[in-house]
Amino acid sequence: MIVDGKKKIWSDYQKDIPDDHYFYVRSCIRQNFFPASEKVFLDIVRDRLGLDFFETPHHTTCGGIAYHSDSIPQETLMTIVARQFALMTEAGYENYVCSCITSFGIYNEIINTWFHYPELEAKIRELLWEASKREFKIPKSVVHASDVIYKLRNKILENGKYKLVDKTTGEPLRVVEHIGCHYSKMFPSKGVGGAEYPYVLTGMAEAWGGTVIDYPERRHCCGFGFRQYLVQANRGYSLSNTHKKFESMAPFKPDMIITNCPGCPYFLDRWQYVIEELEGKTYGADSRGIPVFTYEEVAGLVLGYDPWDLGLQMHQTAVEPLLDKIGIIYNKEDKYKI
Amino acid sequence: MTDRVLIIGGGPAGLEAANQLNLLGYKPVIVEKDDTLGGHLAKWDRLFPEGESAEAVLYKLIKPVEHIPVYLNTVVEKADKEGNLFRIKLSGGKEEIVSAILVCAGFSLFPAEKKEEYGYGIYNGVITSSDLEKWFKTGKGVNINNPSKVGFVHCVGSRDEKVCNRQCSKVCCVTAVKQACEIKEKFPDSEVFCFYMDLRMFGRKYEDLYLKAQNKYRVRFIRGRVSEVSEDFNGKVVIKAEDTLSSKPLKVSLDLLVLMTGMISNNSTEDISGILSLNRAEDGFIEPSDTITKMYDSGKEGVFLAGAVTGPKTIPETLSEARASALAIHNYLSNKALQ
Repeated sequence: MIVDGKKKIWSDYQKDIPDDHYFYVRSCIRQNFFPASEKVFLDIVRDRLGLDFFETPHHTTCGGIAYHSDSIPQETLMTIVARQFALMTEAGYENYVCSCITSFGIYNEIINTWFHYPELEAKIRELLWEASKREFKIPKSVVHASDVIYKLRNKILENGKYKLVDKTTGEPLRVVEHIGCHYSKMFPSKGVGGAEYPYVLTGMAEAWGGTVIDYPERRHCCGFGFRQYLVQANRGYSLSNTHKKFESMAPFKPDMIITNCPGCPYFLDRWQYVIEELEGKTYGADSRGIPVFTYEEVAGLVLGYDPWDLGLQMHQTAVEPLLDKIGIIYNKEDKYKI
Repeated sequence: MTDRVLIIGGGPAGLEAANQLNLLGYKPVIVEKDDTLGGHLAKWDRLFPEGESAEAVLYKLIKPVEHIPVYLNTVVEKADKEGNLFRIKLSGGKEEIVSAILVCAGFSLFPAEKKEEYGYGIYNGVITSSDLEKWFKTGKGVNINNPSKVGFVHCVGSRDEKVCNRQCSKVCCVTAVKQACEIKEKFPDSEVFCFYMDLRMFGRKYEDLYLKAQNKYRVRFIRGRVSEVSEDFNGKVVIKAEDTLSSKPLKVSLDLLVLMTGMISNNSTEDISGILSLNRAEDGFIEPSDTITKMYDSGKEGVFLAGAVTGPKTIPETLSEARASALAIHNYLSNKALQ
């Protein structure tokens, strides 16, 4: 591995991430999968770092999950997105930040489509007006929430309590980073670090003391892939994708996985249990699994949040061995508190 | 009028044209931006299709023109037409007054790191055809230690809309076959794979080399493009590709992956075409006035073209064009003298 080569690519794919004043939209599935992540994100940027992140209860799904499972046509998707943009415009914001990778891809895809087909944008404006009497401006900036945490990674470290370091040996934790496919694979220039060697999560892991593993199936899908899982008959395919990734990363002995997509942490986490049941194989040191985190959860751990306030009790793969390895203080009894 | 002719570029086209112009009684002057003559040929080891020594070929080109003036590490900064003459300002403050200009600015190799998915500059086992040729010639530059599996990826930066290079580079297919055979000669126990779109064996004896690669050296030709490259725990290069003839995906671990980088317009072509007001095509190469009957004609009076400055070419094609350009310059200057 030639690290300087990666640094060169990373320097080629830097994007403009505004400092402040964002209109924030949530994911429609993350709140079920990892319920505290979005709450922690807002807590970090608003309360810990004093930034302006506006949120409205009137926003909806972006429609991406229906679009990618062929349930709604593109015009419907675009009108839903136009309404989201209208809410942002009405609130007086120009910087749009979304929690979901699918949404991030959808927003970039639609803005790019409108750029090339302005007549389609005009049609969607008419449809939105007919449906809701709303108008909208296209955001000046569309970023993913992981871009924001990436930008704030050093501030988080400055305010941090823990690092991604083995407290016994002082060695950096071995981190697998996994970006959602729709983060930069469609539009490499929209992702920090591009599509082939994305830096957004690597930058966080390295800033917080970890070392990142590059393994052969790094670019491979987590296994969600919409119809791989949404169509019940395809679920074996979903599982085999995840299995392929774990077999590939296992020789590198990762301590943890960090992700930035709603589906990835869910499938990488849950399918480990299924693989164990099906094949009797448990990955990770001492066969205790490889814990999988959202980037907000890792930021929260670094900042010293109580693991159970981060919702880590919702994970299938136990996180306690990793918490112990870092030296995070927590109360075991609180894991199932209500 | 003067009998001086400025030749921009000291590669095979420039050297051969200089020789022919000298034989015709003119005084050619070569301007070369690098510190040596020979262009890419000077860095090459052996040539297709029969493995001729590149050094011996270069010697044949340089020897007859040893006596002619050469400006190394020099570029043209300005060219003013004054009547039938050109007043040329060169870097370093030098000046030449010439009657004609021959542009032989050659080509550049596609920067392989632009195809990020292939991992050049990222993974140690990924090199370019140029790196391999340098290793064949000098044993230096890259570390190749008895590889058991070697892969070649054709058309890296050629015929590729994604990197804005639609043109075929012509020479990469047969170069890959040549280099695959050479790898087998050096490492007979190795397995060698070539991943190709089409094999364009257009030249005489190219097909023979291709058959030799299959029959004698057992090189495996797989029609399909490599989609991504990574590195495994042992440092081997892992590639994913598709075998389009059997309609199956492939995953192979290799010790060495060679990227056949294509020919693109020379970085300096933009500068020189601006100075001389020459037309460049969409692909960046200079557009001759007539691509069928006058490849040597720039369309600007007194300015001529030869070699890969007008598109990818083999060395024999380049040398033939250099001779044609020399003759065209001779005809041009003869007519001017009569006037």
